[in-house]
Amino acid sequence: MPHVLVVYTDDEPGVLTRVASLFRRRSFNIHSLTVGPTERVGLSRMTIVVDSDAPRVRQAVEHLRKLVNVLEVQQLGERPMVVRDLVLVRVATAPEVRSEVLQLAQVFRAAVVDIAEDSLVIECTGSLAKIDALVDSMRPFGILELGRTGAVAMARGTRTPSPSRPAVPLRTGAGPEAMSV
Amino acid sequence: MTQPGTYTGAQLIWESLIREGVDTVFGYPGGAILPTYDAMTEYTIRHVLVRHEQSAAHMADGYARASGRVGVVVATSGPGATNLVTGLATAMLDSTPLVAITGQVGSALLGTDAFQEVDITGITIPVTKHNYLVTRAEDIVPAIREAFAVARSGRPGPVLVDITKDAQQSRATLDWEAAVPQRHLRHLPAPLDPSVLAQALDLIRQAKRPIILAGHGIQLSGARAEVLALAERADIPLALTLLGLGAVPATHPLSLGMMGMHGEAWVNRAIQEADLLLAFGMRFDDRVTGKLKEYAPHAKKIHIDIDASELNKNVPVDVAIVADLGDVLRALLPEVPVADRSSWLGTIREWRGDSAVRDIKNLPDDGHLYAAHVMHDLWRLTKGEAVVVTDVGQHQMWEAQYYKHDGERSLITSGGAGTMGFALPAAIGAKIARPEAEVWVVAGDGGFQMTFAELMTAVQEGVKVNIAVINNGYLGMVRQWQALFYEGRYAATPILSPDFVKLADAFGIHGQRVETRGDVAAAVVQARAAGGTALIEFKVEQEDSVYPMVPAGAALHEMIRRPSALAETGSDPV
Ligand SMILES: Cc1ncc(C[n+]2csc(CCOP(=O)(O)OP(=O)(O)O)c2C)c(N)n1
Ligand SMILES: [Mg+2]
Repeated sequence: MPHVLVVYTDDEPGVLTRVASLFRRRSFNIHSLTVGPTERVGLSRMTIVVDSDAPRVRQAVEHLRKLVNVLEVQQLGERPMVVRDLVLVRVATAPEVRSEVLQLAQVFRAAVVDIAEDSLVIECTGSLAKIDALVDSMRPFGILELGRTGAVAMARGTRTPSPSRPAVPLRTGAGPEAMSV
Repeated sequence: MTQPGTYTGAQLIWESLIREGVDTVFGYPGGAILPTYDAMTEYTIRHVLVRHEQSAAHMADGYARASGRVGVVVATSGPGATNLVTGLATAMLDSTPLVAITGQVGSALLGTDAFQEVDITGITIPVTKHNYLVTRAEDIVPAIREAFAVARSGRPGPVLVDITKDAQQSRATLDWEAAVPQRHLRHLPAPLDPSVLAQALDLIRQAKRPIILAGHGIQLSGARAEVLALAERADIPLALTLLGLGAVPATHPLSLGMMGMHGEAWVNRAIQEADLLLAFGMRFDDRVTGKLKEYAPHAKKIHIDIDASELNKNVPVDVAIVADLGDVLRALLPEVPVADRSSWLGTIREWRGDSAVRDIKNLPDDGHLYAAHVMHDLWRLTKGEAVVVTDVGQHQMWEAQYYKHDGERSLITSGGAGTMGFALPAAIGAKIARPEAEVWVVAGDGGFQMTFAELMTAVQEGVKVNIAVINNGYLGMVRQWQALFYEGRYAATPILSPDFVKLADAFGIHGQRVETRGDVAAAVVQARAAGGTALIEFKVEQEDSVYPMVPAGAALHEMIRRPSALAETGSDPV
């Protein structure tokens, strides 16, 4: 069963390796891992989707919490969440099917972001299921290239404040307020 | 061009170490760490020059385990750094606080496969709590300060700080206060939850056959007094893990002895029949549980550990408490009801009596020298007061069975990693940490040959350790497995040794050989009296095996007992 984890980390070289190494060591297959900056300088946010059973995921969460660079780990799925994936898909469009592809794209509220003589690039954002459905619907026309970002997830409702933990980027030596989540 | 108020990175390393209270480092120089060695001459800090960097890590480990302080290692880049890896893994698995400082090639050369460039921070991610690649002098103090904080905090462990040569050579100011570490505080356990404590108390109240599983965490937490107070108040017996030996006195009436693969049968039986396990700072390693499905089937379980990832990992528990053990026990103690469990203790005593006749130390002298004899005699002759540092193998288990450790931090052994070659260097580190202690090495002929070059380190440093080499001519523990599970095919386990007495002579230390039980005592006395490091080779029974034994994968009560031939000739228990 896929589990969705949100991990807040220092924005520092090597953090991704530490996190990935932890999953590799337990031979978890990472379904997707996205990482990017957040509203705070020095703080990164990862969304990790892994396929494993609950006890093993819980173990991994506890190990993530032991990493010095990890500020907070949320295990989503226990509460309502928004999960979004972005896809760019280049579909073969012979002249006779082009309008059909465009119509389908509209159904998915997908945007056409590039047009070539024999193909279109379609961009779509949505839940993992929606992206899967879009990709499936394009398959009969011939998918020439496909790239997905992997899931970015967020819990719905009020942000449950994490136990506010001091975080100081090594470089700046700033006070705890600077980065606490 | 010295600027006032600034230091070279190399000086900042030593300034940081001294401020962290470091008096001794264990190391080996080389090109990438040379600026730091050059600066060392300005500071009053003891440097112990090892013969191999792996030993430096083991020495720092022994130093830390003997004293509770952080052990410090210094090595150069490339092979110097990679030689530390086994030592770091050993420290990681046994929760020893270490800080390793390695030199690295200049920052401009990183990633170019420059001479002696190795990605040591990449390599050591899984065997350290954390590591740092420092490329600027101004980052040295914050990195080292944080490294010490991380090494000491929570469940202790090793931390590596890799510092490029240019960072050691360039200059920065020293602002100690600004570098106060914070990030290790991110992961402190939550405050104790009274409702969880209440659940634990309920289980203790209801238990008829409780048993405390005493682990290494007791010593790391400094919770010996609290554990004993609880055990005595509630009349609960204690079973110990290998690293728990010494956490509570072996001669305490409630102490049963070691549990697990080579634990005594009555201890394992008590665990299997218990109705409550109180696991204190231990981690249900496969060596102590045997087959998990059949482990302690009647018992409710309370598990207290500082490391949340250990709870519900191998054994699902009824009450899991993530906290410092001492804190929990201090909160629990006033509420723990005074109890009398003499019938449960009596039952265990009966099981114990049944085993004593099989005990080799109770057998008449048949002219053969058994390692068990040596351990028993060593215990008697040192009044159980030595710090014993053991290597890995049969001798390690015999030591654990026959040397009764009363004192805290009196047994130092590689439990989690089982690293052969650990004992001699770790003992040198232990002796340096506690010069007043009598330190004994107990090593096998195999493991001793892995690191005996450190004898010269002991000589050069004027360190006295006493060494018992248990020579059975085999990689004995592996041979035992071959005998039991591989139809006696002794593939690659017979091992030749040098003449250890001549070897001792070559190192300029006292050396002796003992082949009969009658000569054990005199040799031990002479070794203790020798001015410096002394070595005794005990030529013991070659194909002796460690019993009792839970075969790998068997349930804890399915033990191979000591051979009954021995049992039948048994005399009265001593
Ligand atoms: C570095 C390392 N290599 C291999 C092993 C596997 N091993 C475990 S015990 C043992 C035999 C040890 O032989 P010896 O030192 O003579 O001790 P004995 O068991 O004979 O007392 C071996 C090879 C190990 N634990 N560590
Ligand atoms: Mg041997």
